[in-house]
Amino acid sequence: MSPFAVTDSRLLFLNPKDNVCTAISPIPGGITLHINGHTVLIGQNIPLGFKIASCEIAANETIVKYGVPIGSATRKIAIGELVHLHNMKSDYLPTYTLDKEDSHDRRQ
Amino acid sequence: MTGGNELRGYLRQDGRKGIRNYVAVCYLVECAHHVARAIATPFQERGVHLIGFGGCYPNAYASRMLRSLCTHPNVGAVLLVSLGCESFDRNGLEETIRQSGRPVDTLIIQQAGGTRKTIEKGRSWIESALAAMESSPHTPMTVDELVIGTVCGGSDSTSGITANPAIGLAFDLLTAQNATAIFEETGELIGCEHIMAQRALTRDLADELIAVVAKAAQYYATLGHGSFALGNAEGGLTTQEEKSMGAYSKSGSSKICGILKPGDIPPTGGLYLLDVVPDGPVRFGFPNINDNAEIAELIACGSHLILFSTGRGSVVGSAISPVIKICANPQTFRRMTDDMDINAGRILEGAATLDQLGHEVYDSLMATARGKQTASESLGHQEFVLTYKYFEPVGPSCLPLA
Repeated sequence: MSPFAVTDSRLLFLNPKDNVCTAISPIPGGITLHINGHTVLIGQNIPLGFKIASCEIAANETIVKYGVPIGSATRKIAIGELVHLHNMKSDYLPTYTLDKEDSHDRRQ
Repeated sequence: MTGGNELRGYLRQDGRKGIRNYVAVCYLVECAHHVARAIATPFQERGVHLIGFGGCYPNAYASRMLRSLCTHPNVGAVLLVSLGCESFDRNGLEETIRQSGRPVDTLIIQQAGGTRKTIEKGRSWIESALAAMESSPHTPMTVDELVIGTVCGGSDSTSGITANPAIGLAFDLLTAQNATAIFEETGELIGCEHIMAQRALTRDLADELIAVVAKAAQYYATLGHGSFALGNAEGGLTTQEEKSMGAYSKSGSSKICGILKPGDIPPTGGLYLLDVVPDGPVRFGFPNINDNAEIAELIACGSHLILFSTGRGSVVGSAISPVIKICANPQTFRRMTDDMDINAGRILEGAATLDQLGHEVYDSLMATARGKQTASESLGHQEFVLTYKYFEPVGPSCLPLA
């Protein structure tokens, strides 16, 4: 799996199909690192457990982690950029919310 | 394949084999708990485990659970301890155990003359059972005869990136050899049911997988138990499906062969989902009051051992089946080393890869199956809990291979 060899050891790919990787130690903003063979300037602090884009991601493109979709980009995301609530959203249809409303109805 | 694959097991009459040869002392109501514990305690280090049900009023689920646990392949003999006036069907349970070929006896405290006399009788029965079990047939066993369950408890933001995917890789190694692997906690799969359904063996099973997660979502919502909290986002998780994937990654990547309910024995090797959320309207309170409630259900499905992922640091083991502790967080591992079997947090320190950890989990479970004590076993952990629940049997499309 070649991407693993040319990526900084502070970043973890959970699956070769992923377009995000996970910071496994805090990464200070302003440093440069290797991601997927590219040298990338990290623009902001990345705390442990947070995701950064491992390639350029277009608006509406699926975000892939664990080899599966975990949501989609709400705008274009550059390689090395933090991926979180400000630039991605859930694609999951929240049936959970509907269920919750049902249960409220029942309780009342 | 890493490590040796040769195993030996205690052959039971139903053809299943145990990796341990334990005596279960089983109380049938809380009123008999003290007597049962007093009988078992002096023999704790000789493989005598305490299980039981505290309720006085009958419950079909609890009855089925105890029948499954008392005839589990790791159990070689059973002593039932009854107060005498509780409603539990002790005769039916004793008959099930007798028909399984295991030595069994029932002590009824009210008839035996009270606490002291029952304890004496019980201890003397245990002595003779342990002596008889020394000659239990111990035969060659193959990997495909193993049933392995997994659970997570005390999770933190490291669980989903270290220990859980490492367990998933070990599950893939097991299912590739046609061993049986069971994952559970449908309430933690909310948001990834459609991803999971793509791995179902059949179209109908895919629909059932989506339905069991919807049932869990409904059940937890009724209890007012949310799923994605602000704290999750503060730990770097962005979406519900991402959070659920962390727990779901324990299941690995093989096809899902079916859905079990507590006490169902998987009909084949391969990967199964255990549905632990009760059927019907919400009753009897919270579905799983703690991790051991789920562990007991995995064991009732025949699990020989349990792979337990923890980030914050659970210490529990279980009666009947060994529990292997896979610690996701390296700081927790350093703080609680004696309680842990595997330091999956090494991934975070660049000291091991996910792939190495997956093989380490596999090697550890094989060593445990060959008799090596786990950390929780050596510390004497034998937790057990069983509460009231209600389940309906699984439908035919849940088990396409049966």
